[in-house]
Amino acid sequence: MLTIDAAILDAIVAHARRDHPDEACGIVAGPAGSDTPARHVPMENAARSMTFYEFDSKEQLRLWREMDDADEEPVVVYHSHTATEAYPSRTDVSFAGEPNAHYLLVSTRDPEQTEIRSFRIVDGAVTEEPVQVVNAVVDSHAVQSYLFGQSPTTVDYECRAGS
Amino acid sequence: MAIEVRIPTILRSYTGGAKTVEGAGDTIADLLADLDSRHSGIKARLLTPEGGLHRFVNVYVNDEDVRFLGALDAKLNDGDSVTILPAVAGGAFAFAAAHALRG
Repeated sequence: MLTIDAAILDAIVAHARRDHPDEACGIVAGPAGSDTPARHVPMENAARSMTFYEFDSKEQLRLWREMDDADEEPVVVYHSHTATEAYPSRTDVSFAGEPNAHYLLVSTRDPEQTEIRSFRIVDGAVTEEPVQVVNAVVDSHAVQSYLFGQSPTTVDYECRAGS
Repeated sequence: MAIEVRIPTILRSYTGGAKTVEGAGDTIADLLADLDSRHSGIKARLLTPEGGLHRFVNVYVNDEDVRFLGALDAKLNDGDSVTILPAVAGGAFAFAAAHALRG
């Protein structure tokens, strides 16, 4: 399961909406081994494409060194799909090179409703996982179809059946 | 000559978990051959069957991407630091088209 702060998730969705119809991408760094996404780093999509994203290789080196120095790791690697569902494409799976990361996909194909799904991608195998949003101000209109449980500060998004 | 090589998480199974290993070679190609002699299998994760540098990885000499330094022919000097990272890329594009785009 991915547990992520609502403010960080909101910032990721805002980034995806801002860059739409191009794909947006970035990471959320966190203390190594903590599995806690803490520091949102939006990245430029060097491909500037509606169907492809890539980090600029030198920007990536700078960020990965920075994380190494701070004893952080990329807890979340995210990108948006702007015309298709939030499910890893064959390209996503081929490139996925961070076995410890949560691969978060945001689909902005629907202007009203944002689809958010999280996956582990290890050795080419995709496994969907639930997303738990903490410190959420619950909006009963938000992504309602994926909501299965909520408390005043926590929202759980269930994995979609059959995926 | 000693080259420090930084190994990404996904390849540490080849280095017994080590984040950094030492290697030697006058070029990236020599260095990868040297690394493979002690960390068998690592080279195959970095090169395509045709022998080119794989599109799914970035290799840097100090601060520069080797794609701008002659790729596998990039020259190395004693004391250089080589960093290997998984390229972060993907998207809704079909694989074959993405592969063509990235060359």
